[in-house]
Amino acid sequence: MPEPLFIISREDWSLHRKGHQDQMRHNEKIREAIKKNLPDLVSEENIILSSGKRVVKIPIRSLDEYRFRYNFNKSRHIGQGDGESKVGDVLATDSAPASGDASQGAGDQPGIDILEADVTLAEIEELVFAELELPNLQEKQKHQLYESEIRFNDVRKKGLIANIDKKRTILANIRRNARDGHPQIGRISPEDLRFKTWEETIKPHSNAVILAMMDTSGSMGDFEKYIARSFFFWMTRFLRKKYEHVEIVFIAHHTEANEVSEDEFFHRGESGGTICSSAYQKALEIIAERFPPEAYNIYPFHFSDGDNLTSDNERCQKLIGRLLEASSLFGYGEVNQYNRTSTLMNAFQHISHPRFKTCVIREKREVYKAMLTFFGKGKSGSGSAS
Amino acid sequence: MTNDEMKQLELAIAEITEVATELGLDFYPMRFEICPADIIYTIGAYGMPTRFNHWSFGKAFHRMKVQYDLGLSKIYELVINSNPCYAFLLEGNTLVQNKLIAAHVIAHCDFFKNNIRFKNTNRDMIESMSASAERIRGYELIHGTEAVERFIDAALAVQEHIDPSLVKPFVIAEEEKRRNEREPRKTKMPNQPGGKPGDYDDLWDLDKDGAQRDEHKEKQPDSKRTYKDLIWFICEHARGLEDWQRDILTILREEMLYFWPQIETKIMNEGWASYWHARILRKLDLTSEETVEYAKLNAAVIQPSRLMVNPYYLGLKIFEDIEQRWGREKLFEVREFDMDTSFIRNYLTKQLTEELDLYVFEKEGAEWKISDKKWENVREQLIRSRVNGGFPTLLVEDGDYLHNGELYIKHAYDGIELDIRYVEKTLPLVYELWGKSVHLETVIEDKRALFSMENGQLKRKFLT
Repeated sequence: MPEPLFIISREDWSLHRKGHQDQMRHNEKIREAIKKNLPDLVSEENIILSSGKRVVKIPIRSLDEYRFRYNFNKSRHIGQGDGESKVGDVLATDSAPASGDASQGAGDQPGIDILEADVTLAEIEELVFAELELPNLQEKQKHQLYESEIRFNDVRKKGLIANIDKKRTILANIRRNARDGHPQIGRISPEDLRFKTWEETIKPHSNAVILAMMDTSGSMGDFEKYIARSFFFWMTRFLRKKYEHVEIVFIAHHTEANEVSEDEFFHRGESGGTICSSAYQKALEIIAERFPPEAYNIYPFHFSDGDNLTSDNERCQKLIGRLLEASSLFGYGEVNQYNRTSTLMNAFQHISHPRFKTCVIREKREVYKAMLTFFGKGKSGSGSAS
Repeated sequence: MTNDEMKQLELAIAEITEVATELGLDFYPMRFEICPADIIYTIGAYGMPTRFNHWSFGKAFHRMKVQYDLGLSKIYELVINSNPCYAFLLEGNTLVQNKLIAAHVIAHCDFFKNNIRFKNTNRDMIESMSASAERIRGYELIHGTEAVERFIDAALAVQEHIDPSLVKPFVIAEEEKRRNEREPRKTKMPNQPGGKPGDYDDLWDLDKDGAQRDEHKEKQPDSKRTYKDLIWFICEHARGLEDWQRDILTILREEMLYFWPQIETKIMNEGWASYWHARILRKLDLTSEETVEYAKLNAAVIQPSRLMVNPYYLGLKIFEDIEQRWGREKLFEVREFDMDTSFIRNYLTKQLTEELDLYVFEKEGAEWKISDKKWENVREQLIRSRVNGGFPTLLVEDGDYLHNGELYIKHAYDGIELDIRYVEKTLPLVYELWGKSVHLETVIEDKRALFSMENGQLKRKFLT
């Protein structure tokens, strides 16, 4: 008998998982790539500027499939109009800046590979924060280390009328009516009432305060401010995510220091000369007023470009000495693109104290290094004062 | 799909098969396989259900699947050039969709069977790819998944650079392979199976061409000629490669040789299938609802696009034009002897170019603008875009450059520049395969430029 001209069949494909397996491998590789690119990602403007609200598109170079190919932007292509097309008609506009990379969005560009991977801030955080911790964290005054928290997590038939759960009450009413053969809402009776009730939980309290000090003087250019803010951006996110109730105090200074709101800290521009001791002085005042060292782990961090009034340096050293007595760690980050010898770093070189750490940042990708220097797990000492 | 629906589909396909045969289509026996979206996308991403594993296929799979899930695109069918010919139908297709698709894939199959470019393709590629995938899995067990993956990453970078003309008719190559397997080389004499090894045995090898002679050993390539088949050249002449690595290169090359005719006849093949699905469905007795649904689907398939050529539409229009001018018999002749480049050169007329409103567009600043509507220029540009499957042509100029075993590749520049970033990312991969310095000469801004990967360092300079 000759072979039939056709057969229709339906196999069981449920074990055919190939696509999914390789997709998982691809995802793994994206993660690897993200990890490799963390220093770049951490200083990615998109992330800092978006305040962490949205998904960012990150070029993940290692996931491209490289081959010899034509330069799409320099090639001529063929398209088809509706019969009315004329020479000079504009078909599309690249929104992306002409950076040379073919990273135009998915859009309607034919033949272009999307070179970007969507990365959520949460994914980056997970990878970055896994390596970080608050160093030298100590238990302070046990009785203050715990805090009770109230959570509504139960529904009962009896309770305070203020805690009535309207949705469940109505549901109970509908159910009861339905049982009686009237599928409708109405005639709510006491037996329909439902109340939310709570549970008290005891949560450990970390009792830590960060004093974030930033130089906002005129010598701090856009790059310097950007770096300092990137650092503080990640620091605040890290602390809030990993620790309950860490307090963060923001201090901006030039010749004078002021405690400012978080929003001001990240967005305000200033100018003028620089007297760093003003910030340290302010920090000491705030500690004295609000954060007794026996109750708090205290972490002052100061970011500056290193330019300071020379006559102020000695005072700075002295104040840092006092701050160190009260602190679990003092971190000084210097944004120094051109590798100058800075007056402040010069002065700080004489401070030798196990809880005093410095880090010089020359380029954007070193923000990550600063994070590791100050918060790196079990790496205390490494990478500091380079 | 209920049994009832299955019955209906069977009846419909029986009718379509019959109509197709009456209309003169000549195809292999068809195997229609109904499968879930996941599987359709897997096959779409890999090109074949049995192909080896690699993350890049996973990436393609994911992209297709996301587009499907978001309702952006839908593959209704996939067809595989094999005998019998496999066609995969998406579960959940309506009956009319399946009718259109069945007619469409039968025409594809006719094309596979009759177009001369496909003469030498391996019609058992499903099994071959399955066996290759199995071997690669074996290499992973021995050498580690990472090492194999890294090598495939590098090998894929040169996979398009094959030379189909180097290939012997498949049947002969297979026959030779079988013979070689039966009798280990050096102990055989032609026409004397089992003959004793003699002093002059290596002379017999001279009868074979370069590719077949002493395989894989560090042999001096012929310095007087150039080679288009980069992947073959590397496989043959790279020094540090291990056997499993050469095997992977051979696998990739064979798979590309299999896909190559499909790449070179994309416009023709889709046009051919679109032409016939319309003719076949006209002969079916569709209800009025079915006719409307069919018309909608057909319109979606052949919808023109402003930023690229829709091969379904362009191919269909050219075939219809040929039929008008020369009659249907001519269609069968064209389907047998042409490929996209010759198809367009021979049959895209001035009238058709204007009627279809085809144009050349290019980038000017940030804008993509129509730059040319002269029909000869449009035709020329279209042909250019199809030359060598749309890939740049690279030629191995020297496999012993500077008498130092370095690889010198020259881009056959024809007015379109290479993507420099990609050159700089790909060259290190070629370096990994070759094991010694590699150079690529091309043209940038009308100047000859040389990219070199030496001692792990990438350099670029202009040649004067």
